[in-house]
Amino acid sequence: MSRQGGRGTESKKMYWYLPFISPSASLQLMNSELFTLTYGALVTQLCKDYENDDDVNKQLDKMGYNIGVRLIEDFLARSNVGRCHDFRETADVIAKIAFKMYLGITPSITNWSPGGDEFSLILENNPLVDFVELPDNHSTLIYSNLLCGVLRGALEMVQMAVDVKFVQDTLKGDSVTEIRMKFIRRIEDNLPAGEE
Amino acid sequence: MTIHNLYIFERGGRCLFYSEWHRRRGPGIPQEEEFKLMFGMLFSLRSFVAKMSPTDMRDGFVAFHTSKYRLHYLETPSGLRLVLNTDLGVPSAREALQHIYGNLFVELVVKNPLCPPRAPVQSLLFRQRLDAFVRSLPYFGPRNPQN
Repeated sequence: MSRQGGRGTESKKMYWYLPFISPSASLQLMNSELFTLTYGALVTQLCKDYENDDDVNKQLDKMGYNIGVRLIEDFLARSNVGRCHDFRETADVIAKIAFKMYLGITPSITNWSPGGDEFSLILENNPLVDFVELPDNHSTLIYSNLLCGVLRGALEMVQMAVDVKFVQDTLKGDSVTEIRMKFIRRIEDNLPAGEE
Repeated sequence: MTIHNLYIFERGGRCLFYSEWHRRRGPGIPQEEEFKLMFGMLFSLRSFVAKMSPTDMRDGFVAFHTSKYRLHYLETPSGLRLVLNTDLGVPSAREALQHIYGNLFVELVVKNPLCPPRAPVQSLLFRQRLDAFVRSLPYFGPRNPQN
């Protein structure tokens, strides 16, 4: 990946958390290897901090959720996508716009349930696992579980409660990575208490 | 042409941010009460408008006006509601609201780790940048506002 063509010296700096008010700056790309390695360092640290894989999985999901609830705003502001009419449209937006925008890949959408409330995202190539192999003592670790949390958090902010989980993972010897998403319910607006 | 005030609400009705410029006359009720009324009105109007719409609509209502002012409204799919009141000389403030959301709120508040999500905005930087942006709008009339 290459950096956005820079004008002057300003674009050479990366502002990680200090906001930067310019549309070109928010499009700055991060080197994908650095991204992959940073994610690896994060998971490694969690494995050191927690005794068993289940706790690490939970923690990844929670971190992802917290990312998702903020990321959705960035996504909406940058993509200009409006409200989706049905879950199929949501699936399209996630795969073709969101994944493309943040991970540079376009997963395919398959295995719709007959009721149209469940589908799978197939990732041919998961950028998070580029340099990863799972050691034997971490066989139940869901390495990319952060993604599930991100999807869950982001969709919750647009009033969709969903269940997201990995069902296949190339790290565990499957041929592809598959994320299963299940629509649970729509979160309805309620008038705040104390008002008519 | 002039701008009166701006509200930002989250989905649940809490006012995250309020600022005013040329607002000569107060509402005569406590601010908390005003926020509640404003949100309640938006909530009702929004559901009424959706019920009346002949086709399924995406944006909901975008503005209304009275004989004295115009209320511009932007609602994001994430439930954030931005309200800008101007005088009648401003035909549409949609782009300004989009800018406030996409380039100010998202960049300075949502991406700011010190601002908890969906909590009233404390960021001074946001307030300053927003103020500068609103003052730079062509329809921010500093002199001699009519109302």
